[in-house]
Amino acid sequence: MSEHNEVLDRGTRPVLTDLEVGTELFTRTYAVDRDRLVRYAGASGDFNPIHYNDRFAADVGLPGVIAHGMLTMGLAGSAVADWAGDPGAVAEYGVRFTRPIQVPDPGAVEVLVVGKVGAVDLGEGSVRVDLTVTSGGATVLAKAQAVVRLG
Amino acid sequence: MTESSTRPTGVDKTLVGRLYAPTETYEVSRVKIAEMAAATGATHPAHTDPDAAWALGYSDVVAPPTFAVVLAQRAEQAYVAAPESGIDFSRVVHAEERFVHHRPIVAGDRLRTTVHVDKIVERGGITLVTTRAEIADDADAPVSTVTSTLAVRGPEK
Repeated sequence: MSEHNEVLDRGTRPVLTDLEVGTELFTRTYAVDRDRLVRYAGASGDFNPIHYNDRFAADVGLPGVIAHGMLTMGLAGSAVADWAGDPGAVAEYGVRFTRPIQVPDPGAVEVLVVGKVGAVDLGEGSVRVDLTVTSGGATVLAKAQAVVRLG
Repeated sequence: MTESSTRPTGVDKTLVGRLYAPTETYEVSRVKIAEMAAATGATHPAHTDPDAAWALGYSDVVAPPTFAVVLAQRAEQAYVAAPESGIDFSRVVHAEERFVHHRPIVAGDRLRTTVHVDKIVERGGITLVTTRAEIADDADAPVSTVTSTLAVRGPEK
């Protein structure tokens, strides 16, 4: 049936038994500029002015406007969901925020997300994806791990 | 306020174990899911196209993996922004975040969030405050558990 073929043609669901620990799964780059910060603020409801107001950021001792940590986590989460081929398959996802990302005006900074196989659980039908998330060569998220159900 | 309940950052450690009951029912909309997907660079069609979501077996468009933070952060305000917490939000940075999804969030869900104050510890002049937001649907079935740790700095001398 054509509908079925359409699903198959997306062809993006990884197969658990194909995965080996340590294998690189995907690399994604996201550009973060002030526009993205404002969009994330509106979408998430997090209107802390340190994410859009240079004067406020300086007053609280920051070098400038910084990205929401949850935006960075969200970008890396999107990379996992896109790879999984099913956003609802991401069952667990956790990070530690190690360093704020300063966002220039004008311009943009790049966030690089690399996903590798951390562990495969054939019994649970799931894979742990270990993420390396950097900006300008510095790690911005640590212990970034997602558990994806592929069963 | 007793001296033993406060520390240099002002965070009240006696609130560990406190529970903040839901104050609202949050109805998840297609529009909000699409906004969060766009803001976080998510490109999967199941976020925006009901047909693509149905093809994967969902009743409506599916939320991105960190969508639950919208509900969690709203609910956490009941504790974090309350004067009793002793948290000065201008001295807060986000230290950790973790999601456990018991099932995916989809458009049309009617969700209620209960916030628990799980842990308050001090480490070198910084107070780490861990909250846990338990999100449930209107049948009281668990949907997501969102654990968040804030680092609160002490005031400058």
